[in-house]
Amino acid sequence: MIRVDHLTKKFGSFTAAGDISLALARGESLALWGSNGAGKTTIIRCVLGLLSFEGTISVGGRDIARDGKRARSLIGYVPQELAFYDDLRVWEAVTLFARLKGVARVDLDATLDHVGIPDQGGKRIRELSGGMKQRLALAIALLGDPPLLVLDEVTASLDVCGRAELVALLGRLSGQGRSLLFASHRADEVTSLAQRVLMLEKGRVNAEVPVNQFVAKLGAGSVLHLHMPAPSRALAMELLRGHGFAPTLNGVGILVPVPATQKAVPLRLLAEARLSVDDFELLSPRDASLGQENHA
Amino acid sequence: MSATALETREAVEAHAPGMISNVLTLAWRELRDALRARSFLLYSLAFLALGLGVSYVSAASTGSLGLSGFGRTTAGLINIVLLVVPLMALSTGAGAIAGDRERGMLLFLLAQPVSRLEVVLGKYLGLAGALVACITLGLGACSLVLALQGGATEPRTMLWLAGLSILLALSMLSVGVLVSALARRASVAVGTGVFLWLALVFVSDLGIMAGTLAMRLPVKSLFLATLCNPLQAFKMWALHSIDASIDVLGPAGLYAMDTYHDALPWMFGASLIGWIVVPLLLAVVVFSKRSPV
Repeated sequence: MIRVDHLTKKFGSFTAAGDISLALARGESLALWGSNGAGKTTIIRCVLGLLSFEGTISVGGRDIARDGKRARSLIGYVPQELAFYDDLRVWEAVTLFARLKGVARVDLDATLDHVGIPDQGGKRIRELSGGMKQRLALAIALLGDPPLLVLDEVTASLDVCGRAELVALLGRLSGQGRSLLFASHRADEVTSLAQRVLMLEKGRVNAEVPVNQFVAKLGAGSVLHLHMPAPSRALAMELLRGHGFAPTLNGVGILVPVPATQKAVPLRLLAEARLSVDDFELLSPRDASLGQENHA
Repeated sequence: MSATALETREAVEAHAPGMISNVLTLAWRELRDALRARSFLLYSLAFLALGLGVSYVSAASTGSLGLSGFGRTTAGLINIVLLVVPLMALSTGAGAIAGDRERGMLLFLLAQPVSRLEVVLGKYLGLAGALVACITLGLGACSLVLALQGGATEPRTMLWLAGLSILLALSMLSVGVLVSALARRASVAVGTGVFLWLALVFVSDLGIMAGTLAMRLPVKSLFLATLCNPLQAFKMWALHSIDASIDVLGPAGLYAMDTYHDALPWMFGASLIGWIVVPLLLAVVVFSKRSPV
């Protein structure tokens, strides 16, 4: 569905994406994962033909640089935040984009219902919440039933509930034979939606892995930092040691190195033993060791 | 693998709407937006008020002078058009692309199956429609006032003036859209538009006068330099239409009448149409090369 060969995008002397190659088959979902500045959005904008670039990109076999309009007719795009005429009513926006996508007839109720915003057709865009706007952008992206969805950090501006709901909705949609290319810096989204992950760092591909390996790669060597009352720490240490963990005290809590697939196990064990945990965080080994040094 | 080979092997059926369909869709959207915009409403009201004022005063002062009174009114209206229409068109055009870019709307629009040419043409046509509506309303209301005052209005003259005003508006709109394609921020684009308006309305005349004095420009060069300003081309064409002469412009006018005579309307038309086509083409080229963010 998408083929990117040796994509390089520079802004002046800064290389936002360097020699990126990727392929996405029909029905497959690929995540572009990385921190801010990793090059995720740049790659997506190049795939959409919005930026000039070196290399070649084809969508559905059509070169985006030479036949961008027809290539884009195969894409439904959802941006990080829907920016459009705010005083437009929802039905007007849907109708406008349906026309631009060559969709002759739109069942507005079904379109809005499909993305979980029924009865919102008469509202102005500015009256919608952030989550509703994203759902409207998704409804617009799905007009004409494109075989490819391209999503650029679509949950970045949403609260926890909105994020979970949208990810669940996208999960249902991606299971309908559509290809999905999406950018995210959230591991939970990646594991929920992707089959493969392109791990990016500073505009370069660090690794391309199946999602199960992504979890292992990401989680290997994580350290769970448990904040708990001082009197219960000794008991907790003993309990965790008894279950094969190697906890250490760091003054305000306990550091527990955890494998990728067992990050919540210490929490469950402590809960079962009725040992209260005030807070917790997941650290990289480097951050954990830095914390130890600072404390020392 | 070459792009062509890839296309043959993997091509997925893709249907995108035709260019005319997309341009009309975008133009309709732009027209509705422009007509709803507060700034546009203010410009329209200003144009209407000034035009009505000129018509009323002119008709009242000429009494039953009939067509000569109307000619005086038309001359007054030409000055109103020269002042208001370029400002309205330049600032409207200047906000068209830069504003959408700044708000992030351009990115979302261009991610759809539309080409950049379609976006520029759609915006241009929509805004042109709004300007035409404003000019027609303004001049139509003036004609009505003149008719009610008992002045013998000649519809053909008014229609001609409206036509020339629309050409002037379209030329200034093209310049505005070019400025908008070049600018990153809407405020810079609109500021540049207003600066250009000042330059064309006021500075251009002074510049030509200063140039004539300093460099002792021959009368031919003086006339051609004047012709390069679309506002002057409009004014000369409008005066020529009323009087079949531009002697009122002095030596340059006399020279032009003697030298070009029948070709003058074509020269005025070429100047205005050039100012419509060239900046618009440049806007398309610039917009095609620039990032939408």
